[in-house]
Amino acid sequence: MYAQQVETGTKAIKSLAEMGPEERAFQEKIDAEIKIEAKNWMPDNYRKTLIRQISQHAHSEIVGMLPEGNWVTRAPTLKRKLQLMAKIQDEAGHGLYLYSAMETLGADRDEEIEKLHSGRAKYSSIFNYPTLNWADMGAVGWLVDGAAIVNQVPLQRTSYGPYSRAMIRVCKEESFHQRQGYEILLHMMRHGIQAQKDMVQDAINRLWWPSLMMFGPSDAESPNSAQSMAWKIKRHTNDELRQRFIDQTIPQLELLGCSVPDPDLKWNEERGHYDFGEIQWKEFYEVLKGNGPCNRERLETRRNAIQDGAWVREAAVAHANKKQKQQAAA
Amino acid sequence: MSEWTLFEVFIRSKHGLNHKHVGSVHAVDAEMAIENARDLYTRRNEGVSIWAVPSASITATASDEKEPLFDPSEDKVYRHASFYELPDEVGHM
Repeated sequence: MYAQQVETGTKAIKSLAEMGPEERAFQEKIDAEIKIEAKNWMPDNYRKTLIRQISQHAHSEIVGMLPEGNWVTRAPTLKRKLQLMAKIQDEAGHGLYLYSAMETLGADRDEEIEKLHSGRAKYSSIFNYPTLNWADMGAVGWLVDGAAIVNQVPLQRTSYGPYSRAMIRVCKEESFHQRQGYEILLHMMRHGIQAQKDMVQDAINRLWWPSLMMFGPSDAESPNSAQSMAWKIKRHTNDELRQRFIDQTIPQLELLGCSVPDPDLKWNEERGHYDFGEIQWKEFYEVLKGNGPCNRERLETRRNAIQDGAWVREAAVAHANKKQKQQAAA
Repeated sequence: MSEWTLFEVFIRSKHGLNHKHVGSVHAVDAEMAIENARDLYTRRNEGVSIWAVPSASITATASDEKEPLFDPSEDKVYRHASFYELPDEVGHM
């Protein structure tokens, strides 16, 4: 999931009877699957929760360009380079759709980006892992975008209209990302030399557990998750989505002829799902706190990009002002 | 960037339908709004024409006007073709 832990400001969920008339009308709309739009009344915490979730989601798209940017100059062929650039450009687009959706809630884009750069806002833990070999580009597309799709498909039905519409647009574009990733790996496995096949397995070994962590911690005990579900911002629990991802990914893994670094992974006939081993949540919380392998580098790259680009933004304003004056004089 | 103007973007697809709202962009002027909209909203042949309109120029209905504005049309079922029952002999009409 691209927004892994979203504070809702809720301790316990209110029943309809406990709500005032405005909040009850709001909750009844949600229950009737009527979308909430920017100008509609909404509880303050619903607005704040959405700003947190959508900004985290947007930041993840933007930071998510960095591990892939590492391979633009190193892609093995021109075809792969063009595909990678198209994918990275899509991620920028997805970030922008999401920032726009966030702005409809009255949030300021610059302020939210500043929160990211000062380390006060989160983004997905997955992008704090390095991309060490070319197969990582395949594994990122297949596993990371694959996990993102599992998360984003139900978000198309999220209760806030602008967020839902952004997700519909994102999902349309996302399946290209996953397919191109899988194709990279399949090509290496079917046509590569042994060293290239080993690279694929190495990439999967490193990215498998972090991909499962993308869905966030088990939410059985979390009041935040229950509140987000009651507001229909979230439609499924983290555990449901993680299981769905594993179930659909393992057959694809087998087709590649690879394995995952989990000795406990096996098909459970009774449950109709794969069982899997315990996730190392300590690592997840460390990465979220800023102590992953690449956290500092990612934020520094983002800060530099904003600072180094300041003169371009200033020049654009100066140019627009000059043109306006010329038009006024003419 | 927040002090740049917010523009709403409308795109007409090649199938000849109306321009449709697709989202928004920030830009210093209308020309840049069109360029940004082209990069952001037409990466896959989505359109043949773009409109960019400063968001501040749009007048919208207020959400508390919804009932007086839209409820009156609810009881005018005779405005729909399905209201009129015709015998089967008429065929498709």
